[in-house]
Amino acid sequence: MKTTLAILAAGLMLGTAGATYAQDAFSIVYIGKNTGNPYFDSITGGFVDACVEIGCQFEFVAPATAEATSQIPFIEAQIQRGVDVIAIAPNSPDALNQVLDSAKAAGILVMTVNGDLVGNEEHRDASILPVDFTKTGPNQVELAGSLIGYEGEIAILSATTEAPDQNTWIAAMNDTLANDPKYANMKLVATVYGDDQPEKSTAEMEALLANYPNLKAVIAPTTVGIAAAAQVVQSRGIADQVAVTGLGLPSEMRDFIKDGTVEAFQLWSPYNEGVLAAYFAKGVLDGSIKNEVGETFEVPNLGTITIDPNNMMNTQAELTTFNAENIDDFDF
Amino acid sequence: MSALRSLLLRREAGILVMIMLFCLAVGLYKPQFLTGNNLRVILLLTPLIMIAAMGQMLVLVARHVDLSMGSILGLSAMVTGMMFRDMPQIPWMLGFAVAIGTGALLGLINGALVTLFRLPAIIVTLGTLNLYRGLTFIISNARQVDRQYIPTELKAMSQTSPIFGVPSIIFIAFGVAILAYYFTMHTRVGRQVFALGSNPVAAPLRGIKANQVTLLVFTISGALAGLAGILYASRWGFVNPSNTGAGFEFQVIAAVVIGGVSINGGVGSVPGVVLGVLLLGCVSAALPLLGIPGAAQNAIYGTVILIALLIDRTVRQQGVLGLRRLPA
Repeated sequence: MKTTLAILAAGLMLGTAGATYAQDAFSIVYIGKNTGNPYFDSITGGFVDACVEIGCQFEFVAPATAEATSQIPFIEAQIQRGVDVIAIAPNSPDALNQVLDSAKAAGILVMTVNGDLVGNEEHRDASILPVDFTKTGPNQVELAGSLIGYEGEIAILSATTEAPDQNTWIAAMNDTLANDPKYANMKLVATVYGDDQPEKSTAEMEALLANYPNLKAVIAPTTVGIAAAAQVVQSRGIADQVAVTGLGLPSEMRDFIKDGTVEAFQLWSPYNEGVLAAYFAKGVLDGSIKNEVGETFEVPNLGTITIDPNNMMNTQAELTTFNAENIDDFDF
Repeated sequence: MSALRSLLLRREAGILVMIMLFCLAVGLYKPQFLTGNNLRVILLLTPLIMIAAMGQMLVLVARHVDLSMGSILGLSAMVTGMMFRDMPQIPWMLGFAVAIGTGALLGLINGALVTLFRLPAIIVTLGTLNLYRGLTFIISNARQVDRQYIPTELKAMSQTSPIFGVPSIIFIAFGVAILAYYFTMHTRVGRQVFALGSNPVAAPLRGIKANQVTLLVFTISGALAGLAGILYASRWGFVNPSNTGAGFEFQVIAAVVIGGVSINGGVGSVPGVVLGVLLLGCVSAALPLLGIPGAAQNAIYGTVILIALLIDRTVRQQGVLGLRRLPA
């Protein structure tokens, strides 16, 4: 029996990644949505490099699964540890309110990075998003339109039905398609959900192709979805008939760009989010940055950052478009 | 007539009828479901499950269960993927040996814990389900192995089609099923697995080495999960510490049980398991085609499994002809 317990205990241990310790200045922890998610490796890289520059202790932790409440014990542990800064990519817009309030009460600077507490902004001190997320939907529609001559049937392959970011973007895509005359000849025929699983995303993509033989483009605003959609198109050899685009990671999409399966897709720099978050935290802690709307400050390589209403900051103005010409310039 | 009758009385007949009825019903609404292209979609959804199901079948027939298959798949795939990434000069075919070897070792550990400590397999493999997943995180430092590191030749096995437009991965799956059929029907050890599962007390009295047979079925189960691991890298082009193989064991057990394998041991056939796998593949392909939203898909998937088990039970007792008396 003892053996079994020991096995269980060992098995239940899940990894923490990317622990880095520079000279002791201030400590910052980033709580990701879940472990093993390559997207957060890139954000973590930004934190690590910035902390080497400005001197902070950085640690990345994350729960095994991206559930609404799974981050709560991680936040509680960091409060007890007495870190100076908690940065978090929240798994829920409201489930964390109470525990984040206790963190703030303990004097910890709380900021959301790469996702916000929409409607509950008072429970964090500041928020860092890569771009103004209201631009994601229109940018994606424009990219898809440019790939198909602004004419024909299109479909959306998303993550889960309740994914808040994707749903915001999809609403904006619908809005853009309905109201901008430039896209009057593009018809959105279906929005389907692959739950960010390759198997399910593939089945949904195959079903789109079977149900809509005239489909011209698929927008997948999620990294798992776009890779699965691209693989279906590659496997069927129909890249010249159906354009796959959306939001993807260059590291996962490089092959598809190089062999012509995907012409172009978009994203932003997750790395820069980590850099901005670290510089902002240092400035607030040492008093050189006031966490007030309208305040501006400089970050190396990112230029002048302005704190927008609701204490929000963006690392870039528009989405970056990746294609065969520039894909090798990005190493995340 | 009597040949047809005996065919209809076979255990596999019920699941075959179920598949045909399901496909026809879906085809009525969506004729594109009954096309060759869709058959390709269904077959490409199932090879990993089919391979692992052969291992799970042996374990269940021997009156054990392997809950750790998804984690064995994940750890084997991660070890292989990291080798591809960190040692790119190594011939890619060697990945198969590494994945199968890793899986076999992990399976052997399961078998050893079950036999040495006389622990129930459900507890042992529940432990290793977590242990192996945790190890996957630890060795990978919680980082994914990206698409660019998976050898092109390996990825091509799931894409390109050597014969009749059928990718190699599907041939591998059916090849494993044929080997499993031969092993269970025509080898002494294969029959001993059934004997042990039918009566674990009597089997050793007839000279069957129970511990060796138990070790063997867990090792085979692990090896096949390892094979499924490298084919995961082939099929999906990446290995992720948390997603790869997560929840896989439940799909496998569902397919095996639908295929008529008794969880009480001693009963099961390869053709039945193949049909069970194909039924799950049909359901997975049909639900998106019918435009059924995500949350409802899970509920329907579960319902189909339960209905399949109910029909299987009726057929087992009364043959396909007894289905007429099944309450609607």
